[in-house]
Amino acid sequence: MSGQDALFEYLLRLGDNALILGHRLSEWCGHSPALEEDLALSNVALDLIGQTQLWLNLAGEVEGKGRDADKLAYLRDARDFRNLLLVEQPNGDFAATMARQFYFDAWHYLLLRELTGSKDGRIGEIAAKGLKEVTYHLERSRDWILRLGDGTEESHRRMQAAIDDLWMYTGEMFESDEVEQAMMREGIGADLSSLHEPWLGLMRATTDEATLTLPQPGWAQRGGKRGMHSEHLGYILADLQFLQRAYPNAVW
Amino acid sequence: MTDKKEWPLWEVFIRSQHGLAHRHVGSLHAPDAEMAIKNARDVYTRRNEGVSIWVVRASDIAASSPGEKGPLFDPANSKVYRHPTFYEIPEELGHM
Repeated sequence: MSGQDALFEYLLRLGDNALILGHRLSEWCGHSPALEEDLALSNVALDLIGQTQLWLNLAGEVEGKGRDADKLAYLRDARDFRNLLLVEQPNGDFAATMARQFYFDAWHYLLLRELTGSKDGRIGEIAAKGLKEVTYHLERSRDWILRLGDGTEESHRRMQAAIDDLWMYTGEMFESDEVEQAMMREGIGADLSSLHEPWLGLMRATTDEATLTLPQPGWAQRGGKRGMHSEHLGYILADLQFLQRAYPNAVW
Repeated sequence: MTDKKEWPLWEVFIRSQHGLAHRHVGSLHAPDAEMAIKNARDVYTRRNEGVSIWVVRASDIAASSPGEKGPLFDPANSKVYRHPTFYEIPEELGHM
């Protein structure tokens, strides 16, 4: 794999995580438990879609085949998506959405913080812009883990179930394959394994404070980064891509 | 959820980029002050409206009653001399 190919793949991973999670969160729009939360979740979704545009436009530029963020978002099939399995998991109840968000936000924050020092200035700039947004995302999702974990008996039970159920999707975040290793060697990408300890530290501190029990390390689901997805992604894409597929090249 | 109790109401005050004072912008529901500030950020500062947020529990605000409008405010009607517009300002002072 050439350096440019690895960079393209790397950017797709960054962009697709933001795109798919942003889409998932947008599904809450109009359905949140309170109007204030509805707006807050939509704000996070919009932040992520904004980051998607930056990552995928850069990916298209690097690829050099005339594809922009829209083409990459709307005209790829599931096997060509590079997002983590975690972000395509269904919203479930509010606890599941927040557990997914907290697992991702903490990792996303650590990753973007590393990427601000990327040798590729374009990546550094996008990471710096995203980091401000993600700092707030993390504060919010962490807050909900504390409130629901240390809330009522019912909220505690649901929060514990959510962090247990999604745990097996977190391992993939810290594994490096040849794409990430190539980017790391060139000083463009981050060392994912180095994010694991700080991530675990934040997880432990938060679950302790929230009176929750962090699951033990165990078998991890993997494959999203290489295009091997759960059945959920197909349904997301059906929703996301319908308009472009039914009315090719429609603009608005 | 068995307990369907509503979150309490909070009044939100925002200081804008150029404003000196916080201005009342609206209200929202939140379980506590910390969350009220976060919600205010998400509900009322999405378009770059502010640099500082205050929240106050609506129930903690003491307000004048509309029924007392007459006795409270009418007496000031006839006291135009309280406006500083009658005084001549010496030119050396320039704008005040």
